[in-house]
Amino acid sequence: MKAFEYAAPSTIESAVSLLGDQWGETEILAGGTDLITSLKQGITAPDRVVSLKHLGLNDITVDEDKGTVTIGAMTPMGALASDNTIARHFPALAKAASNLGSPQMLSTGTVGGDLCQRPRCWYYRNGMGLLAQKDGKSLVEAGDNRYHAIFGNGGKAKFVSASSLGPALIALGATIATSSRRIPASEFFATPKSESERETVLKPNEIATAIEVPLSGLKNATYEVRHRRGLDWPYATASVAFQANGGKAQVVLGHVAPTPWVASQAAAVLNGAAVSSEIAAKCGAAASQGAAPLSKNGYKTKMVETAVKRAVLIAAGLQAEG
Amino acid sequence: MSEEPTSSQVSDSGLSRRGFLKGFGVSGAATGLIAEAHAQEAESAPKVHGPGEIPVTLSINGKNHRINLEPRVTLLDALRNRLDLTGSKKVCDRGTCGACTVLVDGDPAYACSMLAIEAEGREITTIEGLGTPDQMNAVQEAFVENDAQQCGFCTPGFVVACTAVLNQNPDATLEEAQGGCGGNLCRCGTYAGMNQALLDAAKSMKMKGGA
Ligand SMILES: Cc1cc2nc3c(=O)[nH]c(=O)nc-3n(C[C@H](O)[C@H](O)[C@H](O)COP(=O)(O)OP(=O)(O)OC[C@H]3O[C@@H](n4cnc5c(N)ncnc54)[C@H](O)[C@@H]3O)c2cc1C
Ligand code: FES
Ligand code: FES
Repeated sequence: MKAFEYAAPSTIESAVSLLGDQWGETEILAGGTDLITSLKQGITAPDRVVSLKHLGLNDITVDEDKGTVTIGAMTPMGALASDNTIARHFPALAKAASNLGSPQMLSTGTVGGDLCQRPRCWYYRNGMGLLAQKDGKSLVEAGDNRYHAIFGNGGKAKFVSASSLGPALIALGATIATSSRRIPASEFFATPKSESERETVLKPNEIATAIEVPLSGLKNATYEVRHRRGLDWPYATASVAFQANGGKAQVVLGHVAPTPWVASQAAAVLNGAAVSSEIAAKCGAAASQGAAPLSKNGYKTKMVETAVKRAVLIAAGLQAEG
Repeated sequence: MSEEPTSSQVSDSGLSRRGFLKGFGVSGAATGLIAEAHAQEAESAPKVHGPGEIPVTLSINGKNHRINLEPRVTLLDALRNRLDLTGSKKVCDRGTCGACTVLVDGDPAYACSMLAIEAEGREITTIEGLGTPDQMNAVQEAFVENDAQQCGFCTPGFVVACTAVLNQNPDATLEEAQGGCGGNLCRCGTYAGMNQALLDAAKSMKMKGGA
């Protein structure tokens, strides 16, 4: 690990002023569960690390008048998973957090860190670059791509977004507040086109400060297809939200594309329909349409179908949580 | 993997870097909000430490330790290499196995994935703080009784994680206690013995009213 300067300022403004405007010059440190590993592996080698530990930003507050729940970016994932308000209104979010499974990760990893964590693509993690290109060709396409993207993979980026909270927040219509602006969760994630870009629209000297989730009364759920509980990321997930009559539906997939993947054709199946097993199955089938698996990840297509179907049934109260 | 700088690199780049990076701070002050903050900062500039060694005070097992560390040193390396507390094990060194588990303000955390400097002001408990060979805590005792280890590399982490979950929920069912160990892996697969140890420890803690 390269030696670096360290600062733990007590205001957002000073934290911003300590950050460089080029990616990699400086890094933001929240819980460290992802960043410290990247530092050790030399995937990033900043000159300075700016810790957010003295900024607070770790409360969950309800504003009845505005009709929003605000989650500080430094809120530990475990606090999100065990919060009563979150469990009551946003089971999609509570489930995505609690599925992390590891108490160590839940106590240390933060909500902001979950959204900004870097991809798990093993080519990237082994130093071959975010887009894993060699001689103009994709190492992922020619290599072992069993955990890679089946949607949105037509460009150079073939990795999957690693955030489990992202899809749930988009489905719930959340907004992310930063040190300088407010960004709809649906516009927060981006697919990098070059090695100098990252996976969110944040600037290198911009700090996510809070997440606002509207109390919209939507029925919602997340279903994750996992190999084991905790200590690993899911194969595929679905977060859904809709009105009791099927209106205002959102279906967002996780871990299948370089960003959380909005499946609008699946949402269209739900819109205005009374949810039944048949509708849920149709919705799942619609969500998997357009999948473009690589050589070794075709299995994910079926998982998407199942995850969406089950998430819809759970949200509608027609199936117990899995 | 780790690129150890020579001491001259540390002090040289230390000085020049600081000046270099200050420039970025100013360029970051483009928006009104930040420009205002920048004016406040002129009075009390935020402290930047390192990259060389700086004094860090860690509260471990109820005792304060003041040591000089580079900011990049992890809590696990500080414990093992600087404080001779080698009970916490380094196995994966990337938050995927739990062998390095310690308690931070009572909550389990991976010491390999936390900077030592970040642990300042927090109460750290390591496996050494839970009990001694003569006076083991209930979980340690139950592990011994049930021969709940093989190579033993995962054991300190499991004992710390089990102690945390049983302290927080003395009535934990086996499933709940297992959930408390969901961030730990045993490569030797001694889960049967550990399950029995969990049940026994829960029982004896309830009788004694704590670990
Ligand atoms: C074994 C294992 C299994 C896991 N499984 C899952 C899973 O199933 N689902 C899932 O979603 N995650 C999973 N994770 C990832 C885990 O949730 C993240 O590591 C954690 O949430 C990151 O939070 P942190 O506070 O530790 O972030 P850090 O490591 O401190 O930071 C992570 C990144 O985000 C940036 N960052 C952090 N906070 C902010 C902020 N407020 N503003 C701007 N940038 C910021 C940092 O600069 C850094 O690049 C897993 C991790 C491990 C090790
Ligand atoms: S050594 Fe820390 S989790 Fe494996
Ligand atoms: S006893 Fe060997 S890893 Fe658990």
